[in-house]
Amino acid sequence: MDSDDDFMSDVSSQDDFLGTQGSEDESLGEDFDDLDAGFSDDKDLIKHKKKPYEVEFKVLDPPDIEREQVGQVNEVCAVLGLPPESVAILLRFGRWKKEKLIESYMEHPEETLEEAGLGSNFEGTAKTERVPGFMCDICCEDGDDLETYAMRCGHRFCVDCYRHYLGQKIKEEGEAARIQCPGDGCNRIVDYKSLDLLVTKELQGRYRELLTRTYVDDKENLKWCPAPNCQYAIDCGVKNRDLRRIVPTVRCFCKHEFCFGCSLNDHQPAPCKLVKMWLQKCEDDSETANWISANTKECTKCNSTIEKNGGCNHMTCRKCKYEFCWMCMGLWSEHGTSWYNCNRYEEKSGADARSAQAKSRSSLERYLHYYNRYANHEQSAKLDKDLYLKTEKKMTSLQSQSGLSWIEVQFLDTASQALQQCRQTLKWTYAFAFYLARNNLTEIFEDNQKDLEMAVESLSEMFEKPVAELAELKVDILDKTAYCNKRRVILLSDTAENLKNATTFCVRGVLEILRILHVSSFDEGFSFAQSISTTFDPLTMKCKGFPWETGGHSAETEPIYADQMSLVRGLQSHRGSACPGQKSRVLFSASSPRLKRDLNLS
Amino acid sequence: MGSIKRISKELTELTESPPEGITVELADESNVYEWKVIMEGPESSPYYNGKFLVKLSLPTEYPFKPPTVSFATKIYHPNVTNDEKGSMCLGMLRADEWKPSSKIAAVLQFARQLLSEPMPDDAVEGRIAEQYKNDRGRYEEVAREWTRKHAC
Ligand SMILES: [Zn+2]
Ligand SMILES: [Zn+2]
Ligand SMILES: [Zn+2]
Ligand SMILES: [Zn+2]
Ligand SMILES: [Zn+2]
Ligand SMILES: [Zn+2]
Repeated sequence: MDSDDDFMSDVSSQDDFLGTQGSEDESLGEDFDDLDAGFSDDKDLIKHKKKPYEVEFKVLDPPDIEREQVGQVNEVCAVLGLPPESVAILLRFGRWKKEKLIESYMEHPEETLEEAGLGSNFEGTAKTERVPGFMCDICCEDGDDLETYAMRCGHRFCVDCYRHYLGQKIKEEGEAARIQCPGDGCNRIVDYKSLDLLVTKELQGRYRELLTRTYVDDKENLKWCPAPNCQYAIDCGVKNRDLRRIVPTVRCFCKHEFCFGCSLNDHQPAPCKLVKMWLQKCEDDSETANWISANTKECTKCNSTIEKNGGCNHMTCRKCKYEFCWMCMGLWSEHGTSWYNCNRYEEKSGADARSAQAKSRSSLERYLHYYNRYANHEQSAKLDKDLYLKTEKKMTSLQSQSGLSWIEVQFLDTASQALQQCRQTLKWTYAFAFYLARNNLTEIFEDNQKDLEMAVESLSEMFEKPVAELAELKVDILDKTAYCNKRRVILLSDTAENLKNATTFCVRGVLEILRILHVSSFDEGFSFAQSISTTFDPLTMKCKGFPWETGGHSAETEPIYADQMSLVRGLQSHRGSACPGQKSRVLFSASSPRLKRDLNLS
Repeated sequence: MGSIKRISKELTELTESPPEGITVELADESNVYEWKVIMEGPESSPYYNGKFLVKLSLPTEYPFKPPTVSFATKIYHPNVTNDEKGSMCLGMLRADEWKPSSKIAAVLQFARQLLSEPMPDDAVEGRIAEQYKNDRGRYEEVAREWTRKHAC
């Protein structure tokens, strides 16, 4: 069942935008999907003129999902000529990969049936019986009037025991698809006909609910809407391996918009993996970054990171013994007699030192630049609800003050919705931009971002105007709203198209390391990276995700991490370890406490 | 449910024709849910010559829920917790593998079989399991020593 794993394993595979080289075998999954497509799933997908960033999907309610299962069972029944209750078990066992199952059944019918928990006997119909001389193996009751039941495997028990057993499995253990015959050592799966015969209507309902859960979980093209208490599922054909090129935002009947790839709230235009990395980075960095920014500076002479832990401004670098002033970064000796009281911010040595300081902090500042903008839009998004409520109030008072009709004040609602949506998009453009290396496309991206942001801010400003002025601004607000929406569509469309042609966005990778380590010549850097790291790809100039960008560590990322450590160390020693300042620069990018420890950064 | 009927039947069968190396009785004549089992260490194991007191408790939902097995006699074994509980939980004793038609006799035979063939991959005592896998000689030595000290 190789393709079963497709969904899970694909997350970390493929040459995604971080340059991870795919080693997974995706051909199996692909073959299979193609074959599967041959069977019409009667997918009346919502069809309309699609924008480049939109994906096709449809919303299903539980009865739809049940119908889908029945339809597939019937199709396979027709091919295999087995009873539907057995085919249902077979399909669940094979996670609904019809073609593969049929193939496997054709080749080895007996083994396939056995593995699925079915025997080769398909005779007889499900019915309870009285059997003379019978004794139930579970309760040890006997009597000729005892009602009994056995599935095709022949393990017979009294109906009371059977019922109790099934009830316990369904109600207490939440089991449905894999309930076995109560017989000791028997692996036959209980089919729905047996179940319907034995248990109450209520339990039958619960059983079907559980089966539907399993069905959605098993199908790569189905996902439950993550909104609380929402009962709908989404059917979308975007595969996990497509997620580096497509950001599949879907909209449920309950109006919740979410990403089909990762189930998080809509995060267009940033791809799922980048979103994950960014969220992880924010989590890892928030404290480190704030702390470093507030409590440390680099020695202006040797660049080691120095932590200020007392009130005195007279700092002596532990490494090079350089003495300087914490406040102005200038030479301490120039302070003359004004001990412990810096008042010479304008002196030249201090100004130079401060600019060097600024430079060495650029990496952190770069992150903060994007983070602050991201967080700002997020904050505004959190105020969405307030904004909406405020809007409603405004609309009501506007109605009464201006004599406009309800329909006529709807423009405020439209404007408020546009604002919310645009801010959501803007927020993610900042996370996205953080990972982009500088090139032409990035500039276009940033121009689009700037245009949208300006439009959003000016709409936002109009929106805050006193109610009395709003009626006069109606045309302007309508225009601005339309303009915002237009800018958003342009930004998303451009980005989606560039993303589809993956290579165009060069994501920061090895380039970042080289910059951090101040390797002046790229040739030098590349030949070094190549000789040291197996995860470095000279063609794409990318490395597999860097530890401080990918965040967490797992068995899977461990070898990559080890490799990157040697890359960093190699570059360090190549540059000559004379200046420990090189290390402190890594510190600024090294958000992960582990990386810091491993690089011996105190 | 006829749980009492089933339990009495099993108890009778086990008393009349006990499996090799296993004797059972009720811990208290008035309570059929608590059993006292004496298990002899199998000949092929370092527990040989030991007599282990094993407590078998039946849940009120028996036979729909599995019995629990614990060693009252201290035993050095990867699948038995090295504490005052001495509990053992694997294979058919796990709730999701238990079948209502499985029998106590099978449970006890399974437990005794485990004395000859521990299952280090499902261990509750990781350290003993490591030793069992990497230094069999030392494991057997300690197990024999414990048997002599606690089970003879
Ligand atoms: Zn019964
Ligand atoms: Zn059976
Ligand atoms: Zn929903
Ligand atoms: Zn996503
Ligand atoms: Zn220094
Ligand atoms: Zn100063």
